[in-house]
Amino acid sequence: MLARRNPQLNGHGELIHLLSIEGLPRAVLTQILDTAGTFLSVNDRDVKKVPLLRGKSVFNLFFENSTRTRTTFEIAAKRLSADVINLDIAKSSASKGESLLDTIANLSAMHADMFVVRHSESGAPYLIARHCAPHVHVVNAGDGRHAHPTQGLLDMYTIRHYKKSFSNLTVAIVGDIVHSRVARSDIHALTTLGVPEIRAVGPKTLVPGDLREMGVRVCHDMREGVKDADVVIMLRLQNERMSGAMLPSAGEYFKSYGLTEEILALARPDAIVMHPGPINRGVEIDSRVADGSHSVILPQVTFGIAVRMAVMSILAGNDA
Amino acid sequence: MTNLLLDAEQLYAELRNGVGRLMTPDTILVGIWSGGAWLAQRLNADLKTDRPMGTISSTLHRDDFGERGLGAVEATTSLPFEIDDARILLIDDVIASGRTIRAVVNELFDYGRPASVELAVMVDRGGRELPVAPVFAAAKLTLPASQRLSLARGHDGRFTFAVKETT
Repeated sequence: MLARRNPQLNGHGELIHLLSIEGLPRAVLTQILDTAGTFLSVNDRDVKKVPLLRGKSVFNLFFENSTRTRTTFEIAAKRLSADVINLDIAKSSASKGESLLDTIANLSAMHADMFVVRHSESGAPYLIARHCAPHVHVVNAGDGRHAHPTQGLLDMYTIRHYKKSFSNLTVAIVGDIVHSRVARSDIHALTTLGVPEIRAVGPKTLVPGDLREMGVRVCHDMREGVKDADVVIMLRLQNERMSGAMLPSAGEYFKSYGLTEEILALARPDAIVMHPGPINRGVEIDSRVADGSHSVILPQVTFGIAVRMAVMSILAGNDA
Repeated sequence: MTNLLLDAEQLYAELRNGVGRLMTPDTILVGIWSGGAWLAQRLNADLKTDRPMGTISSTLHRDDFGERGLGAVEATTSLPFEIDDARILLIDDVIASGRTIRAVVNELFDYGRPASVELAVMVDRGGRELPVAPVFAAAKLTLPASQRLSLARGHDGRFTFAVKETT
């Protein structure tokens, strides 16, 4: 039987879709991070636009709402001179009963060159990548609980920017790991890039023991989890988790797993604090930490545009 | 790979003389990545200008992006001076089709509006596809389209030319 090729790579091992960080070689991740560095400098120009995607149409297909991610993809595509079409599918065709593949076939007939897809079902971007024309590229902008690869990559860019290298780092990811596609993408990326210690920190309901199979150290105690960390990645506590039996209350959660100045003092003196946003002040992170000197939450947003420019231009330059 | 009789160091000396004559008190050298950037660096030192120099990359404006993809990511533009009203002398190792120069001029104008832009090269190998001409070329020669000529810099900073068959 033929080994199944990674659907994200062409026969030369070049990236043609970005669906998940899992299974991508280190060289590809490093290429994206290096390229993002080039695009960061586009912000310093009088003309904050380069023509790499001129004449290409990028369709933002958001089957699930996300203003922030959609906006950063839109800015990235526009800085590359692409035409950007935003489709809020949650409110249109899908609600009229059109199937996902029919939607894609219709948009392909409008000469799309790239789909940026956010979907509540894990695997939806894979389905689209399998069925779209060979010249079309697909970027996963978050699918279900599965993956959010551009967030993972921008987190890696941020870590490399401040820490210069991935070796010898201790990275603590705190919060709702089990439901988080960001955490999953971060863990895969950190592992591939050679981070020796990755910790998953949170209550047993949100950080189950079987996460150890991903090679992470599971900590149910916040102090133990943050101690001597170089990087603390806080995850947003999704309000919908509160309604179930998973957590008692936001106040209780903050007492046990909120990042305060006192807890952060246990990390390394030069530790950085990251958060994919939007932040819930006083739920997972104290305002003094979010706005404090260790916080790199806003630089993450800036880096995110450069990383998305890098991903889209690399994809556009590679043929299936 | 063939050994072409091109003494890069001798050509550099001629380029240095030629650029020296072109320099005005406000000329700024901008080297095209990668060979031209090495040349501009050494020229700026040898000609003892007290002005900053720049390096520029064609990567983001190339017309063959669709075929070549992004290419080398270490190729970045750095122009640490005011572009508006500057007199710029672009430096490159080799000019052929002129497409790199077209891309680089676009790149330059993303940063501002220079007063003038000129070009000096070590080798003009002909084969122009665009209306672009250097004001100085240390050597002019004709090479078959299948041969690629590129400058290399040794550990000691000395230049050599390499010719590669691309087919």
